[in-house]
Amino acid sequence: MSSQDIPEENLPAEQDTTHGAVTVADEKHPFADPGLPPHEHRIQDIDERAARRSERAVALLFTVSMLATIGFIASFVAIPHDKSIFVFPIGHINAMNFALGLTLGAALFCIGAGAVHWARTLMSDVEVADDRHPIEASPEVKAKVMADFRQGAKESALGRRKLIRNTMFGALALFPLSGVVLLRDLGPLPGTKLRHTLWSKGKLLVNMNTNEPLRPSDVAVGSLTFAKPEGLEEHDHDFQTEIAKAALMIVRLQPDDIKDKRELEWSHEGIVAYSKICTHVGCPISLYEQQTHHVLCPCHQSTFDLSDGARVIFGPAGHALPQLRIGVNDEGYLQALGDFEEPVGPAFWERG
Amino acid sequence: MSTTETTTSRSRGKAPAGERVADWADGRLGIYSLAKANMRKIFPDHWSFMLGEVCLYSFIIIILTGVYLTLFFHPSMNEVEYHGSYVPMQGQLMSEAFSSTLHISFDVRGGLLIRQIHHWAAIIFLAGMFVHMMRVFFTGAFRKPREINWLFGFLLFVLGMFTGFTGYSLPDDLLSGTGVRFTQGAILSMPIVGTYISMFLFGGEFPGGDFVARFYSIHILLLPGIMLGLVVGHLILVFYHKHTQFAGPGRTNKNVVGMPLLPVYMAKAGGFFFLVFGVIAALAGIASVNPIWAMGPYRPDHVSTGAQPDWYMGFAEGLVRAMPGWEINFWGHTLVLGVFVPLVVFGLFLGAIALYPFIESWVTGDKREHHLLDRPRNAPTRTAFGVAWVTAYMIMLIGGGNDIVATHFHLSINAVTWFVRIGFFAGPVLAFIVTKRICLGLQRRDKDKVLHGRESGIIKRLPHGEFIEVHEPLSQEQLHTLTAHEQYKPLEIGPTVDVNGVERKVKGSEKLRAKLSKAYFGDDSQIAKPTVEEYKEITSGHGHH
Repeated sequence: MSSQDIPEENLPAEQDTTHGAVTVADEKHPFADPGLPPHEHRIQDIDERAARRSERAVALLFTVSMLATIGFIASFVAIPHDKSIFVFPIGHINAMNFALGLTLGAALFCIGAGAVHWARTLMSDVEVADDRHPIEASPEVKAKVMADFRQGAKESALGRRKLIRNTMFGALALFPLSGVVLLRDLGPLPGTKLRHTLWSKGKLLVNMNTNEPLRPSDVAVGSLTFAKPEGLEEHDHDFQTEIAKAALMIVRLQPDDIKDKRELEWSHEGIVAYSKICTHVGCPISLYEQQTHHVLCPCHQSTFDLSDGARVIFGPAGHALPQLRIGVNDEGYLQALGDFEEPVGPAFWERG
Repeated sequence: MSTTETTTSRSRGKAPAGERVADWADGRLGIYSLAKANMRKIFPDHWSFMLGEVCLYSFIIIILTGVYLTLFFHPSMNEVEYHGSYVPMQGQLMSEAFSSTLHISFDVRGGLLIRQIHHWAAIIFLAGMFVHMMRVFFTGAFRKPREINWLFGFLLFVLGMFTGFTGYSLPDDLLSGTGVRFTQGAILSMPIVGTYISMFLFGGEFPGGDFVARFYSIHILLLPGIMLGLVVGHLILVFYHKHTQFAGPGRTNKNVVGMPLLPVYMAKAGGFFFLVFGVIAALAGIASVNPIWAMGPYRPDHVSTGAQPDWYMGFAEGLVRAMPGWEINFWGHTLVLGVFVPLVVFGLFLGAIALYPFIESWVTGDKREHHLLDRPRNAPTRTAFGVAWVTAYMIMLIGGGNDIVATHFHLSINAVTWFVRIGFFAGPVLAFIVTKRICLGLQRRDKDKVLHGRESGIIKRLPHGEFIEVHEPLSQEQLHTLTAHEQYKPLEIGPTVDVNGVERKVKGSEKLRAKLSKAYFGDDSQIAKPTVEEYKEITSGHGHH
């Protein structure tokens, strides 16, 4: 990767060298640097009345800022914090938030505007040139540093006493392992956790909204019903984690419409139950097209055909939604006939 | 007892109080030497140099408001029943994180304002860094000696993205929870280690009860701590290198022309902090951002339509949405390309920013210091690369909002997705070609202006009836400014067979470099600057035209 071998003449010629070198444009150098143009006076530099006007403008801005701060405190104290007002064109918004935001904004903005106006109109605007110096050290400095370093290295005897060096590297390389080991208890090993859900043979399908077990007659054609396994309650401490895997969606199709043979076998009177968790990255699927029996994940628009084994028909999902095998128990309630046969949710390395 | 009298040469009275404090500090900190170098430090003026300042100030605002928010926020995922003053959610189950965010928004006076300032400032911080980075890129300010500062800036941008993500995930609302779920799904797609990282990050299965507390310490301590260090380093290097400037009369590679820190930039930069803060505060008062009460608490089985990340994550979102759902199953394993490829592309696409300065300096072989900025047109290939990158980024931003685009413009979501899939590859190529041509066109115009002068718009009728437009010759300042840029010659490999017919081995990397060099600086990639001879030949002639 060295670029030593690039010929010097490929690099452009150096620009004119010394700072402030004013080259008079002559016949030979029409593009030469004419140097800094002379300073042009602003009106404030020559007219004291204009300068006074600028001074008053700056002072006015600072004064407005003071008033705005007082307004901020007054709003904080006086406006009820739940009062809402109508502001065109924003609509109904919280009055206190609106007042505090505008007063604080004005207080800060006016300080800034005052300072900038002051700098632009009253402070000197004469441009000054400052020299740059090369960053690289001179050869003498470099030689001194290298000599010092060699001296130090020699005195440490690190190069000569290899035993010290090697054991030291070993010790330094090993000790961070303790830190890595300490991270072990951040969480459990995956095991088969991602393969199982709360569903098992005989578990009733409970309507998510009514919290009642579902009968086949509760599932109407054209509607999407969400269900959870019986026994899982919102107040359970692991509710979130369990529902993240067990969430179910149920639709009723005409048995003749079901194209997939296994889907038909696992259904009950045309009622099919699928995992609600998208196989892409795990959003819950919630949009259902009655006519086509397509369901759509609103996060990344993966679309599945529920009448054909929930295969992916569009979008970034990689495989079909897992189906739950369902039936009816003796009392006429819909029940699961086992857990999902494949992991629900996004795919992972061990999924297979 | 008489030390003060003997050490001070003043015959009567003491030095003013301020000076005595400064003396005290100097004796301990050496502030006079520091001030000597920096108090009247010169900064050049250009509007685009303020973009970095916007980032710095919004970063400070984020820290100030963030500290305030920690006083009220409870980073806990314990489920509680809500009994605050926001009526629609009375009695609802939610995490303490969400309920304390509602508390900040509805029961702490000014809490909503500070929350919204914090969020708006974060959005502006990231946008500022994006634009600042473009400024530095397109003007070539990343060249030696500033490559390390470019890397600092790159790290700040990437860390800023993740700090933003961990931050907006904290309220545990339905929208951000969906984003966390997406992240967990993406982590799962990583071969071999995916499930392990997911279990360790979430303390078990998603969502578990740990991630808010863990994101909290990452968001308020780990990432901002690193970022603060990088910001300080970034500023020290800006001071140390001295600011870059555009070429112009009196402005060379060896000097910096502008106005001193004290007083002008003290007032301008200090004032600008207040301007930025003021605008963000007013914005927070007027425009609602992240109204978590409208979304509700997170439930893994609930979702809202039109879910969008904050804008700076939209690019990653687009990659995930546009990628076809490829999965490869083999030997009991699954390679989730549909999610893992976007994850890798995301990393590579950002990494390209970090690498660019080193690639360009390898192609040019230029090891000199560069303090004069390029006008983007004078580095057409670089500019074209930059625009191509931005094009791909913007197309993926559209991809990240494909549902919003589809509903707002009444388009088919499938059509939008296919447009993004094709556009991600075709768009940058097209942008590259078009940008390069525009740059070359602008270079030609500059050349014309130098050689023929400025079109004055005055039409003159000559005695024999001919109409001509009067061209005004440029001033020497303008001539210098338009011809000050450097032009490289493309690298030649030279003959591979020497005079004796012995073949010389040319390394593959050398061939690649020669090719790149030709692409950068060949005849098709730059318009030769007007030479003095050309200029004299034309100006010594008829004068006009």
